[in-house]
Amino acid sequence: MSARKLPAPQVDPETKTFWDGLGEGVLRIKACDACGEAHYYPRHLCPHCGSEKTRWVDTRGAGEIYSLSVMRRGEGAPFAVAYVMLDEGLSMLTNLVGDDLNALAIGQRVRLAPHPSDRSGVGDGQSLPFFTPCGD
Amino acid sequence: MSLRNAACIAGAFEHPTRLAPDMTTPQLHAECAAGALADAGLSLTDVDGYFCASDAPGFGPISMIDYLGLDIRHTDSTEMGGCTYIQHVAHAAQAIATGKCTVALITLAGRPRSEAVQRFRPGAPENAFEQWVGLTNHTSYGMCAARHMHEFGTTSEQLAWIKVAASHHAQHNPHAMLPKVVTVEDVLESPMIADPLHRLDCCVTTDGGGALVVVSPEIARGLDRPVISLLGAGEATKGPSGGLGLDLTVSAAAKSGPRAFDEAGVMPSDIKYASIYDSFTITVLMQLEDLGFCGKGEGGRFVADGNLISGTGRLPFNTDGGGLCNSHPMFRGGITKVIEAVRQLRGEAAPAVQVPNCDLAVATGIGGSLGARHGAATIILERQS
Repeated sequence: MSARKLPAPQVDPETKTFWDGLGEGVLRIKACDACGEAHYYPRHLCPHCGSEKTRWVDTRGAGEIYSLSVMRRGEGAPFAVAYVMLDEGLSMLTNLVGDDLNALAIGQRVRLAPHPSDRSGVGDGQSLPFFTPCGD
Repeated sequence: MSLRNAACIAGAFEHPTRLAPDMTTPQLHAECAAGALADAGLSLTDVDGYFCASDAPGFGPISMIDYLGLDIRHTDSTEMGGCTYIQHVAHAAQAIATGKCTVALITLAGRPRSEAVQRFRPGAPENAFEQWVGLTNHTSYGMCAARHMHEFGTTSEQLAWIKVAASHHAQHNPHAMLPKVVTVEDVLESPMIADPLHRLDCCVTTDGGGALVVVSPEIARGLDRPVISLLGAGEATKGPSGGLGLDLTVSAAAKSGPRAFDEAGVMPSDIKYASIYDSFTITVLMQLEDLGFCGKGEGGRFVADGNLISGTGRLPFNTDGGGLCNSHPMFRGGITKVIEAVRQLRGEAAPAVQVPNCDLAVATGIGGSLGARHGAATIILERQS
């Protein structure tokens, strides 16, 4: 694939459970027991109501493409940047991978496809939440 | 309290350079400051307020105030990306209205063609979840364009008309980086950068800068320049909102615009000239809709067939050639949007693109990343009779 740099995310106490989940192939979001809303990216305090009554929830790791743009120039091109709308109703910014980037389209079903980040220090090879087209 | 007629823009200056390998960025700030003050008929010793953003060299305003030799009693380094300088005009008016200063100097300068500019912001809370995505402005704005096309049937041809209109204006600007008139076909045949945006859907990258002088109405009336008053201002921000309610077809200008029009007491249909932030063609289209020049989803039809070209179109925009063709100094097009609006209101635009009897203008902008988190600022300006 590409030589694009995939910097390992900084794993901190606020989000360690998220990254641990990805290592097990599970995409986690946070839900708030105070307002009932979920959020991504995960935070200690709920961005919708400010409560700290947030807890981790496993997602199905599936959704559909809300929008995408394939970068055609520069380092590692081509690669696809997208917003995926998770079945749980949250959007997340991610990369799409697959055999044919030109065949990707808004509305297409996609599933989680964890992808290793660069091995470059602490957090070596930490899985990143990429998505790829699926048939369902 | 309202900002209506609270302050006036007395000085405006755009640096003529587009490539400055042998200058420093502080020097460019100083030359822009001198140009804007000379334009107003004021001097450095008159300045008692100073505004710059976080890209200014060194310790922001502390470094620049000392470098420029100012003695100020009010400073503001509010940061909202490229639209910051539109917002600074409003913040300067707030400071003037509350007696904190009387002559505010706003400067921007940078040399992104001549030196590496660090744009990554370490420590941002979203970095762990987004840095690896490789999101640049091209894909960020590309995703907005793709979604707009998906929802409303907007086409690449319609987006191309925005570049075509800008190029028609740029041919009359001797300083424009891209003075050649282009066609819709030229835009569509230029290389794809980030779907669906072609190279000619993107703004230029230029060295350069600009400066503005905002003064109290009393001082403005004593100067030998047309009095350009601020009638209204609005600002807003927008982000992914924790993943809820994503809508890439609407910008923060949907809030900043109405706030500015409401304060000014005028309607989009009253506007004679519009400076619209044009980092990409889609940026213009979405702001036209969000400010109410047309309905949501109608932007493609609104901009088509040269409707933004001065002299023939319904809404003359960016008559200096804008960021798409003239200049986009330091990746920040906010200050040049205000400068061209001032030129139009004074009757000092290039004769071929001057809007007749131009007495009411809007300058609006987007800062940050439209497809991720961004800000918007809008001001309404009027020439006093």
